[in-house]
Formats: sequence, C-alpha cells, structure tokens
Amino acid sequence: MDTGQTFTVAALGSQFLVGLSRAMILFIVSSGMSFVLGVLRVPNVAHGSLYMIGAFAAFSISTLFGGGATGFWLALILAPLVVALVSLIAERSLFCYLYEREHLMLLLFTFALMLILGDLVKMVWGADYRSIMAPELLRGSVNIFDSPFPRYNLFLLIIGPLVGIGLWLFSNKTKVGKIARAAAVDREMVGAIGINVSWVFAFAFVLGCFLAGLGGALVSPTISVTIGMDHDIVIEAFLIVTIGGLGNMWGALVGSLIFGLTQSFGVLFWPQFAIVFPYIAVVIVLTWRPRGMLKSVW
Amino acid sequence: MFRDIFNLKSVGPLVVIFIILLVLPPIIPRFYTYILAVIFVTALLAMSCNMVVGHGGLFQFHHGAFYGVGAYTVALMLTKTSLPLWTGFIAGPIIAALTGLLIGAFCVRLTRLYFGMLQISLGSLIWAIAFRWYSLTGGDDGIHGIPMPPIISSQNSAYYFTLIIMVICLIILYLIFKSPFGATLQAIRDNPERCEAIGINVKRHQLIAIVIATFFAGIAGVLFVVVESSVFPDLLFWVYSLEIFIMCLLGGWFTFAGPILGAAIMISLRTFVGIYTEYWTLILGVVLILLIFFLPEGVWGFIIEKFGRQTKEAVEGGSK
Repeated sequence: MDTGQTFTVAALGSQFLVGLSRAMILFIVSSGMSFVLGVLRVPNVAHGSLYMIGAFAAFSISTLFGGGATGFWLALILAPLVVALVSLIAERSLFCYLYEREHLMLLLFTFALMLILGDLVKMVWGADYRSIMAPELLRGSVNIFDSPFPRYNLFLLIIGPLVGIGLWLFSNKTKVGKIARAAAVDREMVGAIGINVSWVFAFAFVLGCFLAGLGGALVSPTISVTIGMDHDIVIEAFLIVTIGGLGNMWGALVGSLIFGLTQSFGVLFWPQFAIVFPYIAVVIVLTWRPRGMLKSVW
Repeated sequence: MFRDIFNLKSVGPLVVIFIILLVLPPIIPRFYTYILAVIFVTALLAMSCNMVVGHGGLFQFHHGAFYGVGAYTVALMLTKTSLPLWTGFIAGPIIAALTGLLIGAFCVRLTRLYFGMLQISLGSLIWAIAFRWYSLTGGDDGIHGIPMPPIISSQNSAYYFTLIIMVICLIILYLIFKSPFGATLQAIRDNPERCEAIGINVKRHQLIAIVIATFFAGIAGVLFVVVESSVFPDLLFWVYSLEIFIMCLLGGWFTFAGPILGAAIMISLRTFVGIYTEYWTLILGVVLILLIFFLPEGVWGFIIEKFGRQTKEAVEGGSK
C-alpha cells in the first residue's frame, strides 16, 4: 500500500465529486430496486439486466437518430420506456401468477429472468463494445478545485436529486404512489378496500424497472456498453438497498453515497484494491446496524 | 444404529449404482469420464450447500466463496510452497471451514434476506481479493496447470479419487442428516421461535451447520482442483453461488438426495446444450421457469411424491 505520496485538497475534492456522480447513478438504479423490494418484497435479480437493456436501447435509439444531440435526448426518454415495456410483458405474462407462492420462488423467477434477458441481449446486440457520445453541451470538462471535472458528471449530479425529488413527490403526493406505499405495509388491507393489488404490484415492478432503464441510459455515455455489465450493478444495488434499509428510498440514497464515495476514494488510495472498499463498508455497516442505516418498510 | 439408518432395501440400488460407476471409466469415452467427475464434485458442493439451505433454512447465498477458498488454498499450497503435497489437500477444507466460521459468525446474527445479503457482501470481498491480487492468485486468469501428486494425476485415477471421496462425504452427510443434530436443525428451520423457547441455542446450531457445510464445500473445492488442475475467480463469483442454490432447488431442497440430481441436471444441461448453442443460460432460464411453475418441490421431490417409494425417510420433515 503506497501512502507515501501526499494527496492535495484538489485531488480529494475532485475525487469526491467523481464519487458523488457515481453515487447518483447508483441511487437511480437502487431506488428502483428499493421500490420493488418495498412493495413486492422480492429482490429483483433481473434489475441489472434491465439496466443493461436500458444502456443498449439508448445506444440503438441514439444511433437510429444519427447519434447527435436529438438522438441522445430521445434515447434518454425512450430507452427507459422500452425497459418498462419489457418488464411489463414479463410481469403480466408470468410473474403475476406467482404472487401467492412462496417467496423464494419469486426470487428464483427473477434469477431466471436475468439468465434469459442476458442471453436475449447477446442475441440482439452481440458481444461487442458499444459507446455513445454525449451531446456537445455535455462534452468536455469544467475546472473545479483547479482540476478538470467532466461536464457529464455535473449533469448527473443535477439529474440524481431531480429523480429523487420526483420519486418522493410521486410516492407521497399522488394517489397511485400512496396506494403503492400502503400495499407495501399491508397488502391484504389494500385488497380489502377494493383495490386490485395485482395491478398495484405490476405498476410498482414496472416503475422500478423504469428506473433501472433510466440508470442504464444515463450511464451509457460514461462507460463502454457491453454484456456482463448487469452482474456488477445488480450486486451493488442489492448491497446498497440492504445497508440503507430494505425498501427505504432515502436509505437507497445513503447507501449509494457510501458505496460511491468509498469506491472513488479507494481508487485514490489503493487503486489495485479499490473494488474491495465498498464491500468492507457494507460489512462494517451491517455489523454495526444489522437492519440497515434507516428504517426498513418491512 | 447403522441398521436403523441404512436399511437393505434402499442401500441395494445405491451399491449397484456405485459398482456401475466403478466399472464405467474404461468403457465410456474419456470426455464422459471427465463430465462424470465434474458432476461428482458439483454434487458434493450442492449437497453441502443444501445442508444449510434445505435442512437449515438459511439463505446461504454465497456458498461458492467457500468452495473457491478450498480450491485456492490447495492450488496455492501446491504451486507456491514446498510443503508435502498432501498437506494442501488437508488444509483446503480446514481453511474453508475457518472462513465459514468467520463469515458465519457475522451472518447468523441476522435473519433471512439480511443474512443472505451480508454473506454476499463478505463473499464478494473474498472474490474481489482473489480477482485483484495478481501476484498471489493470478487475478482474473487464475492459476493453471497445477501439479498433482502422481497417484491422481491421470484422468481415470482422478475420477476414482473424486468418486470415492464423494461417496465417503455423502455417507457422512447422511449420518449428520439423520443424527439428533440434523433433526434439531430441521426443527429450527420449521419453527425457530419454538426451538428457542424449548432451550435450543438456535444461533449456535446454525453456526455449526455452516461450519460443517463449508468444510464439505472445501473438500469439493479440493476435488475441483484434482479434476481441473486449475482455479479461477469465477468460482467465487456470486452468480455461480446462485447456480449452486438453484441446483438444490432444482433437485428438491427438502430431500436428502435431491441436490445430486440437481447438480447432474445442471452440468449435463450446460455441457450438452452448450455443444449446440452458445445460449445455454437462456435454456437454463426457461427450464427454471418451467420448474417454478410446475415442479416447485424439485425433480426428486416430485418423483418421491409421485411414486411414493421411501417417502417417509426421504422427505422427513415434510414440505416447508
């Protein structure tokens, strides 16, 4: 471990911002997972696959519209909708028949879905690396703390809180959102007052997957889009949701910040083992607070 | 005691199967010998996992970590140290069990999903270390061409070694399954609160079960090295662990022998579907969905239910 070099405040600051923007992507993806977990009480293993589909769909849509600025913005809007459609089909055709069954079976179903979607993506898009250009407006970098910081990451820092606020408004101020939260707490009661719980579940599942797709579309200009990107994100989202408190949206935010920041500071201090740090953070959090940082809805 | 546990009627067919497996290698092509050896290793792994999952009712989501620890231990001891060759074979399971004790001690404080999640996190930690520590573990390439003791270096001798070790382990696992400890474990699975109330130390029993299971996972890891002469970090990855979990469910997780069947089905699927198409995980996913909808008790559970033979002893503890 080479701690011999000194770290300037500038380096720490810019690394902090990098971690923060990474945390925003993680937050968007894991808040979707948290929403599904809160209402359906099942960890959606296929969440990462939907994120991957979001990224690939964003690639295809932006290529279809010439790869320019319009293509990018359209991709950002349409790709999550494509993902939502895929999840709606999976939910209505198969998943909705399993709600009465044992819990582990729901988990297994999502694992099967992950296997199937992973191979379908390979069939449709192949195993090549793809990349998307961000529009002119978001390219290049600005100087913060005397070091260049990519504009796209700034854009992510704006989008993340917007999604958070939108999700909060949705689940606290709209009728559908309130019903979904009620179903999370007591599904029998919600059914008893004449609401079709099955459709509430479908809605929650599709919304969660929409957020996964949005995360995938947003991340696509910063990484190379390829098969296999689903495996890493889903485990990260799992752990974030667990350390935050199952089903708690703000918990997902706290967890994402912990995860994103430990990862980016890990890169600074010990690059070879940077991926180890978030896992250590999770172990510490769960040892200290076995049921997560914030109150879980279960 | 032994007469109660092994009655002749059920042991007979097993002895026949064992003898068939003993005489097979010279007859069948080399490739099939290899596949059978892989099935033995995986079956032992799935059985050890099922001891915690099916009989203990714990969400053992990252069993592959212990398998990988066993495999890496023996691989590192054979390639990096000059200790006598067989010490590595003994160290593998012991280190795996110690890892199991350490991780288990953290995990048993939690329940259900939190248990599984903490275990995935700790297991991923091990994976990340093996994946990144190039100078020791070879990173994502792993270690290949591990020298084996001459006695088991040929393919047929590796086959016999794997078969015999697996059979011994399965007998021990069966004895544990039938012992008072096994019964207590299944009682805890069915109703932890009541067990707590009558004075059973639930956490300690679960921890002991985890240590035993991880010990056998370590043995499976050693056998993997014997068969493949290589290790790679994929063994420790969580996707593989979920595959092990599915083998248990596929075969029938409330039965004793189910996971063997699950492992055999899984390995055969991968091998023979893999010959025709690269999309074998798609097929696996479809099979899994069919299973969820039509055979929730697993294949072996279904057979027992349908044909009723030895129902009482094989699914003791009943469903759920």
